[in-house]
Amino acid sequence: MAPLTWFRRHLVVIFGLLTLGYLLLPNVVVTVFSFNDPAGRFNYAWNEFSTDAWSRPCGVDGLCASLALSLQLALWSTLAATVLGTMTAFALARYRFRARGAVNSLIFLPMAMPEVVMAASLLTLFLNMGARLGFWTVLIAHIMFCLSFVVTAVKARVMSMDPRLEQAAQDLYAGPAQTFLRVTLPIAWPGIAAGALLAFALSFDDFIITNFTAGSTVTFPMYVWGSAQRGTPVQINVVGTAMFLVAVLVVVVSMAVGNGRKRMKA
Amino acid sequence: MSDVTETTGSTASASGDGGDVRLRGIGKTYGDFTAVHPLDLTVPEGSFFALLGASGCGKTTTLRMIAGLEEPSTGSVHLGEQDVTRLPPYKRPVNTVFQSYALFPHLDVFENVAFGLRRRGVRSVKNQVRDMLDLVQLGEHARRKPHQLSGGQQQRVAVARALINHPKVLLLDEPLGALDLKLRRRMQLELKRIQTEVGITFIHVTHDQEEAMTMADTVAVMNAGRVEQLGAPADLYENPATTFVANFLGTSNLIEAEVASTAGGEILVDTRGGRLGVPAGRCSAPSGTGARLLVGVRPEKTVLALADEAGRIPDGRNRVTGVIAEASFLGVSTQYLVDGPAGRGLAVYAQNVDRDPRLVPGAEVVVHWDRAHTFALDAAQDIEAGVERVEPATAGKDGRAERAERAERAERAEREEKAGKDGQTERAEQAGKAEDAWTADGAAKEAAG
Repeated sequence: MAPLTWFRRHLVVIFGLLTLGYLLLPNVVVTVFSFNDPAGRFNYAWNEFSTDAWSRPCGVDGLCASLALSLQLALWSTLAATVLGTMTAFALARYRFRARGAVNSLIFLPMAMPEVVMAASLLTLFLNMGARLGFWTVLIAHIMFCLSFVVTAVKARVMSMDPRLEQAAQDLYAGPAQTFLRVTLPIAWPGIAAGALLAFALSFDDFIITNFTAGSTVTFPMYVWGSAQRGTPVQINVVGTAMFLVAVLVVVVSMAVGNGRKRMKA
Repeated sequence: MSDVTETTGSTASASGDGGDVRLRGIGKTYGDFTAVHPLDLTVPEGSFFALLGASGCGKTTTLRMIAGLEEPSTGSVHLGEQDVTRLPPYKRPVNTVFQSYALFPHLDVFENVAFGLRRRGVRSVKNQVRDMLDLVQLGEHARRKPHQLSGGQQQRVAVARALINHPKVLLLDEPLGALDLKLRRRMQLELKRIQTEVGITFIHVTHDQEEAMTMADTVAVMNAGRVEQLGAPADLYENPATTFVANFLGTSNLIEAEVASTAGGEILVDTRGGRLGVPAGRCSAPSGTGARLLVGVRPEKTVLALADEAGRIPDGRNRVTGVIAEASFLGVSTQYLVDGPAGRGLAVYAQNVDRDPRLVPGAEVVVHWDRAHTFALDAAQDIEAGVERVEPATAGKDGRAERAERAERAERAEREEKAGKDGQTERAEQAGKAEDAWTADGAAKEAAG
């Protein structure tokens, strides 16, 4: 009876840990195999421990170039989508205008549509316009689908904001610009930040749309895909592990900063 | 009262004082809907002025037009000599305490209070903010965030944040609406104290008639976008000019009557329950013979006598007969409802000095009162205007408790509606939760002081 009671009492924890394990297992595999010294060209079987790949992360042709390109794309599309998306979200949340409903659903569309369909139609559009496929076409495509996510994240935040806060700011001698900078923006900030992070992640690891619109340009996900046919260099695991660590670090730091601030105020 | 100039007639203060708030023909329409009919108002400098009315009567819209948050469709707003009608809110020497406070959630108490000063480019805000926080007894909470404060504390931050700018006028939009009854009473006195201390003009919007009467020097009763009546609280209570005011401020017994004769400063009227006398000076309607009036008297001014002892009632008092329909013992007083030919449900509040055990439901009684306490209104109005409907089950309760309860219900509904709109449910709930803590805190402080 006792083990059953114990099990029942810790049910939530047990399932939580199982789920976490399920989610993290692939990351663990990637990390472990980043220290492998594979026997052949494929890094699929454990052979021998080595830090070789970690000491030469750019040791494979084209990998670092594609990584730099992906980071650039992610940065620019995040920036553009965040600025545009924030403005769109404010417009949609604050104002009543003609076709507001239509815009609302159009914004939602890229999230709902299968990526392949969108990729194919984008390609058709670019080709018909005579655009040369490359960095710019990929950037345009990324901004487009990132926009939806930013708008959604920011709009939720703006909608839940008490309009009286801005009125209070105006009542307290803040002009329109001051009101926006001192009150609106700081309060909407968590939504904007969430949207931006989402946009960065989506842009960085997008494959399908990028593959259709990139022409001969190679981003990091495309590089991984391409190399998987010929052989997988350990450096891919190194980059993957590094990205994972950076993400964890960002979360931990932001949480620590948040907690510290709270403790200071209390 | 639809005649606007008449309402202003009674208020027009010594013309053009330095800091008076003067509204001239100010009105607001939204499409077909008229929120505020063009109205004139003068609020003398340094006074505590209340706009009282049920929700949706236009009182908040009027306030927001003074603040500049709403642009009037017609008319003008003057602060002293300055016409501020076209000035944006951030250029008006006016500050507002918002309903549910609208404290900046990302700033701590200190920065909330300092906000106005900083925007005006004041350099050293530290001492001013300190002093202001001390005034509202929040000195030790300067570094807390608003959500860490109780409802009462948030309310005081909101007052401090507005007052620190030394506005010409402080506007208060139902500032006590989110507080529970006990705390609200404390804050009413607190606000009154602050107003006396700083001497700034306060314009206070509320739907709670007791709150308005407790705090304000002058009350304007609003109904359906118009000012029904304006005056000192006691004056409004004793001499209501319309049925709305008579019923909205406290309780009134209104009896339909027809003028029989007018003589010697007194109007004699016939009702279905007999002849009554009204002082001519307390009749706000034309009183020619045959004119229809509503004769009114406040329940606490009436006395109940058993029918077989009616002979002992002194002559010259108004009297109507009836049968006690309900009697509710409330400790300090007993409230009777009497049905008679003059009307149904006449209320009588009797102090429990010597309780007559024969005054029970079914007893035949005479309700009598001093003629001087009688007032008369134009009968061409809704006799029920301003009556807040009460369920039969609660009809017996003390008027005060009843009204408070009703007010609270209305307010809760209003708040919920707002909350739904703004997604502020959480905050309202938090405010509600925190109250008890604060009351205890306040009580402790009181004990200490």
